[in-house]
Amino acid sequence: MNIGNLIKVAFSSLFRNKMRTALTMLGIVIGIASVIAMVSIGQASTQSVKSELSSMGSNMIMIMPARQQRGGVDMGMTSSKSLDNKDLESLVKNTRYVADISPMVSSNKQLIYGNNNHSCSINGVSASYLNIRKYELKEGIMFTDDDVKRYNKVCVIGQTVVNELFTDGENPIGKTIRFGSIPMTVIGVLAEKGQNGMGNDQDDIVLAPYTTIQKRFLGINYFNMMFASAISEEESELAATEITYILRSNHGIKAGQNDDFDIRTQEELVSTISSVTGLMTTLLAAIASISLVVGGIGIMNIMYVTVTERTKEIGLRMAIGAHNRDIKLQFLSESVILSLIGGVIGVILGLLISYVASRLMKMPFVVSEMAILGSFIVCALTGIFFGWYPAKKAANMDPISALRYE
Amino acid sequence: MAKDILKVEKLERVFRVGSEDVRALRGVSFTITEGEFVSIMGTSGSGKSTLLNILGCLDTPTAGDYIIDGVSIKKLSKNELSTLRNRKIGFVFQNYNLLARTTAIENVELPLFYNSEVPAKERRDRAVAALKLVGLESRMEHMPNQLSGGQQQRVAIARALVNDPVILLADEATGNLDTRTSYEIMSLFQDLHNQGKTIAFVTHEPDIATFTTRKIKLRDGQIIEDTPIDTQSAAAALSAINLIKED
Repeated sequence: MNIGNLIKVAFSSLFRNKMRTALTMLGIVIGIASVIAMVSIGQASTQSVKSELSSMGSNMIMIMPARQQRGGVDMGMTSSKSLDNKDLESLVKNTRYVADISPMVSSNKQLIYGNNNHSCSINGVSASYLNIRKYELKEGIMFTDDDVKRYNKVCVIGQTVVNELFTDGENPIGKTIRFGSIPMTVIGVLAEKGQNGMGNDQDDIVLAPYTTIQKRFLGINYFNMMFASAISEEESELAATEITYILRSNHGIKAGQNDDFDIRTQEELVSTISSVTGLMTTLLAAIASISLVVGGIGIMNIMYVTVTERTKEIGLRMAIGAHNRDIKLQFLSESVILSLIGGVIGVILGLLISYVASRLMKMPFVVSEMAILGSFIVCALTGIFFGWYPAKKAANMDPISALRYE
Repeated sequence: MAKDILKVEKLERVFRVGSEDVRALRGVSFTITEGEFVSIMGTSGSGKSTLLNILGCLDTPTAGDYIIDGVSIKKLSKNELSTLRNRKIGFVFQNYNLLARTTAIENVELPLFYNSEVPAKERRDRAVAALKLVGLESRMEHMPNQLSGGQQQRVAIARALVNDPVILLADEATGNLDTRTSYEIMSLFQDLHNQGKTIAFVTHEPDIATFTTRKIKLRDGQIIEDTPIDTQSAAAALSAINLIKED
């Protein structure tokens, strides 16, 4: 029997039992739909996390002092004092792939204005920090290199801080906030950025000249960390290498010795986070594919019932000249057609579900061609795998006893 | 001299039931020539079903030879036997064996699906011709459950004829029908016989056998009688019972 006839015969016998065909298909439909929906929702969340991260500056490089151990006790991140002004100066002077660089020193202080107070960390940075972290000013101005040089008591604050301290809608520009006992003048307000990918409020921030924090607040001359930006995203690896080289020579580290600092590019962070969300996606898809297996077993079950029920038909077909192969292919093509049609409906349903979900969760709607292609292959394989034994059972029947079967 | 359509020589068939051998056929020999209408009779257990299975190439003999249309089935594989059934044999069963929820014409077309020599275009034409031959051209699109027993058997006969086989094998083809309808079917077989078809008709009803041209009687796996018959006309028998009814 040729393929055209085979498909025709398979379709006509599937049509003969519409209700059963539809219910059997439902198993596959649910299986495929859930796989497609899970994969595209997973990929959508990966994409939204990625785009959030790149809004933080995709060419950003973080330089941190290495973790230090004292007497075998880990002192935690940024515990060593290996980064200082000398490093900053030589980095500014000698790098080619670094666009901006800013140190950071942090101090936790209680902010007081009038009757309001708010606790947050004050970051001492240089003026280029805004560029590196993609912050923008909503009002006022950023402090200048001159402010840095003179340890001026000026600061730029984020919207959350404004909301906490200036409760009666006052314009914060020009007002003086007390940081513990030190008064500082607000010269700028940052435009809102909202939460970052990890759920941290990016507007709960106070920026001041790093020298002010170093000298007036903490009395130190090292940095907690440094932020730099490569001239482009592609150049960030080069920039990181360059920084490593300069810092090693500054710190007099010999070949073979470990760095006393850590460099992380945003790229690494993105790939770490995407590997986590990717794992989530795989996990979701794996759970969803269990329902696909259940659907497949449904097909197998129905095919067994069908074969037994149609024993007489099989006997007749053999008597009028069907080869064993014809019988096997007939039942096999029935199960493959069953699962493929189920697959098509499942893909459509799955896309619909993920479209609605992406709308509800305000995520991008991602169509995964791989998942669709994969489901079709899985469907065909499901049909063959779960149709094989029933079809073989049918093909191996003895025509004489099949004809007599009641 | 008419051609030999089928020829069996010293046919033996032994079934193994548990530890015992049951000899269903013990050396059966006969020849059916072209244009014969043979009835094969016997009580149950006489071996007639076994013989029919072998004649229909559904089973192979333990010993002896069976030649159909010049082909010995001894050395044929399962697939070759299937092809042989498709091309050379038309089966008619006691319970019709039509596919449910499938129209008469589709049922008749079925054997042609397994015959790669018949192009798809020709399939329907041949099925229509076969249905005309059995007088059912007006019921082509009917499902089996919309047809009477006699009509269903006619569809089955059309299906047996569609591949133009060398022999029609009927297995108790009138067994499920009332006398009147049986005579109608026998009348149809006689028509086909008159058109030159070769028919082997298994039955246990003596009156049905009188419509054939030759009677082979089996008992305990052996032929006990093989005689020509003074053939009665089924059409005449049919009008006779119609007369009785009218009285």
